[in-house]
Amino acid sequence: MADRRDFMGMALGAFTGLGALGALYAAKRTWDPLPSVKAAGFTTLDVSKAPEGVLITEMWRGKPIFVLKQTKEMVEKAKKKEISNAKGHKEIERLIKIGDSYFMITVGLCTHLGCIPGYRPETQDFLCACHGGMYDSTADVTKAPPPRGLDIPPYKIDGNKLVLGEEGPEYKKLVETGLTQRV
Amino acid sequence: MAHFDENAKPFSHKWLNERLAVDTLKRVLSTEYWIPKNINFLWAMGMVLAATFGMLLISGIFLLMYYQPNTQLAFDSVNYTIMSEVGYGWLWRHIHGVGASVVFLIIYIHMFTGIYYGSYKRGRELIWLSGMLLFVAFSAEAFSGYMLPWGQMSYWAGMVITNLFSGGSLHATGLVEWIRGDYVPSQAFLNRFFMLHVLLIPLAIIGLIVFHFGTLRIPHVNNQDGEEFDFDAEAEKWKAGQKKESKVIPFNPVFLSKDVFVMGVYFILFFFLVFYNFEFAMDPVNFDPANPLKTPTHIYPEWYFLWSYEILRPFSTNIGLIAFAFAQVIFFALPFLDRSPNVAPASRRGPFKYWFWILLVDMLILTFMGKLPPVKPWGTIGYVAAVIFIILWIALPFITKSEKKL
Amino acid sequence: MKDLKILGIVVAFALILYYGVEPFAHSQMHKHVEFKGFKYKDLKDIPKGDPKKGETLAASCAGCHSIKAAGMKAPMDAMASSAAYGVNPPDLSLAGKMLDEKFFANFLVNPAKVTKSKHFAMPPSAGSLQDAADIVAYFKEVAKKAEETTETEAKKIANEKVEKLKKSGIKVSDSQSKEIVSKTVKNAKNKEAFVFACGRCHANRYGKWTQLGDVPKTKPDINTGVDLAKIDFQKNLGAYQIKLAKYMGKLPPDLSIIVRARSEDYLKTFVEDPQTQLPGTAMPRVGLTNEGYEEVLGYLESTGDPSKEKRESTAPWVIGFFVIFTLLAYGWYKSQWKGLH
Repeated sequence: MADRRDFMGMALGAFTGLGALGALYAAKRTWDPLPSVKAAGFTTLDVSKAPEGVLITEMWRGKPIFVLKQTKEMVEKAKKKEISNAKGHKEIERLIKIGDSYFMITVGLCTHLGCIPGYRPETQDFLCACHGGMYDSTADVTKAPPPRGLDIPPYKIDGNKLVLGEEGPEYKKLVETGLTQRV
Repeated sequence: MAHFDENAKPFSHKWLNERLAVDTLKRVLSTEYWIPKNINFLWAMGMVLAATFGMLLISGIFLLMYYQPNTQLAFDSVNYTIMSEVGYGWLWRHIHGVGASVVFLIIYIHMFTGIYYGSYKRGRELIWLSGMLLFVAFSAEAFSGYMLPWGQMSYWAGMVITNLFSGGSLHATGLVEWIRGDYVPSQAFLNRFFMLHVLLIPLAIIGLIVFHFGTLRIPHVNNQDGEEFDFDAEAEKWKAGQKKESKVIPFNPVFLSKDVFVMGVYFILFFFLVFYNFEFAMDPVNFDPANPLKTPTHIYPEWYFLWSYEILRPFSTNIGLIAFAFAQVIFFALPFLDRSPNVAPASRRGPFKYWFWILLVDMLILTFMGKLPPVKPWGTIGYVAAVIFIILWIALPFITKSEKKL
Repeated sequence: MKDLKILGIVVAFALILYYGVEPFAHSQMHKHVEFKGFKYKDLKDIPKGDPKKGETLAASCAGCHSIKAAGMKAPMDAMASSAAYGVNPPDLSLAGKMLDEKFFANFLVNPAKVTKSKHFAMPPSAGSLQDAADIVAYFKEVAKKAEETTETEAKKIANEKVEKLKKSGIKVSDSQSKEIVSKTVKNAKNKEAFVFACGRCHANRYGKWTQLGDVPKTKPDINTGVDLAKIDFQKNLGAYQIKLAKYMGKLPPDLSIIVRARSEDYLKTFVEDPQTQLPGTAMPRVGLTNEGYEEVLGYLESTGDPSKEKRESTAPWVIGFFVIFTLLAYGWYKSQWKGLH
């Protein structure tokens, strides 16, 4: 009789465990970001009126977005300089071309631990005050501790505008070649 | 200094035993916690209550993640964010709302079981008193929770119930304002009732549940016949393998197996209500946002407060308040008002038998009348029922004193 | 056996209790109003209408109303209209479908009397019942066109949604995509019905609807957090609502969760004839057809009880779980109590 007793108790216990898993699934779904948060994950940027060489800060998914329209000198430099942690690739490949202009558009959070690097117009570079990381005008890293240049947000070019949050073919290519990471 | 075996493997049975006395704990709390064998399914209501409280706690935790205790945002955070945005938010809310209502049904069944079988006497007074404290704590928890959606019923229930504290002719408006933190129920009011609902009262309830269990330990659980026997001797019989002859069973697994079965049946009903018939627990009027300039046409408390509300309503302000206060505390006095020497089911106790059923029916009538508008004939019926309620309790000592010893 | 007897008593008391505080109490609190099926039998029968004649007569409608389906714009915007009349007159594209033809024709002859509203802004607009019937016949044709446009647009949106899903790698079967399309079309129709019948006096904030239309998507200025476009919209809306409240006596309530605040029966009979449930109310009899009402209700349910579908699909799983749980628990109980008596 002892066997049957144990068997029923254990079967009940196991079945209760199954129910607990179901409840855990519901709990997990409750922790998910709300649909309204997800829906707000798209921002359209109009960069047509951005001045050259002046940093503009926008916002996408609550994160600062750096927009820096490149001056001629910056573009020339970017065409020659290699990306520090992706040898064989030039910095120009990380710039976004809209019309005839090149833009540096990145998430404005240091790839080290997420502080906001400050732009220094006189030297045309970024310095992160938290741990001293530095980036050049194309947001490529020039001084550790950051492991890589500032990340590029998913974007899709739509005429003169940029839809952040949607992955266009240009962005997908950047990810595939390892020139940015998905954020 | 206790002895610790140096060679015991960490977290092995021996290791744990030396540090936590797990074997003793298991014995004392479950396998050798003795329950009488002569019981029916009503003895499972305690565990059913514990399980329902667990449901309320879990669903409440998830609701707390999105609820906003702000008079501007509360209503929409409940009715929009939780109901349509949060994954399974509607499920937590319906469990919470239905649970809050059903928990009182079980509490009342549990209470009347105790009254019927005389489980509040001869060593069991503290069980009854701690249980009544739990009833009060649950009432406060239900009321404070009812404020949170900040609908019309929340607001006006808050207005009316806090006004009770003015004490009628005493005009203690200062006390009422102190309770509210404002002249009317407002932001300060909502915030403090939110605190009470999610922290202070639940803490008190958890403490009281532990106390309630503690009071059971020495007098033990009553049985269907109110029979007194030597639990130690009966326990020895069980341990010696005389399971048929022994009058007791261990809590775990024997008593528990019946409890769990009753809980299963209960949860089928519970979730049927959650999914298909939840409206009784969520009053339509509370789906109109709070409006301090308009009282709803009909206002009434949730069903579990109706009987005491109806004792307040038919009288003039002062007498009503006194009657209401009487109704709130009189159940506490039950062990001391019952002067009979017998611990037995009501059916064997002479006039008390009638007293029990009349009280039950009278409270049912009070409950019905409490929700109906106070017009003829409902007002009169309510008045008579309220008077009968008071007379019943005054008569209790006299009725029970004349009872013969069985 | 004793357990069953006790259970019987407990259940009986619980059911009596439930009956007393729910069905019985509600039957006493709310007066019973007979539902008449949106038939408007108190109004005169109407002759057959000629849409051609109606079209000519309806030209005067455009003095106040827009008829988008016929390419006619409103002479004034919502704000100016509310300043002039107290309320923004509805677009009439759907009038022929939403309004009962008998009600509609009688309404054109004498709006104030037919709506049972003390102060109705619209003046009598048809000389005879025959003229009115002609106009109604015309608007029935317009409504057909309006519905077709709604359907095509909704289908387009639904198909785009399906395409997007497919592109992002989610498999969508034919039946699923059909369901998405039919649901989108239904939702669009329901919303238009609501907008026509209720939407100029009642907001529905869970549906992001205001008396001035959908809540516009705006973005705050990044440096200051100020959202000027939003403030502008709110100011206009506030001005409109104050005018509306003056016109109606009070601001008509938001209808986001009215389906949970009022019973189905109340809503139906109230919409059919507001005076029966709320004597003296400023809400006019709107004269909806049964079909029109069902669509309005569909929209109100989508904002007021959005979890209905999910609830109904989850229920069998949870309840089924506890049925099996109980059976297993019964087995355990029986095995534990065997030989104890």
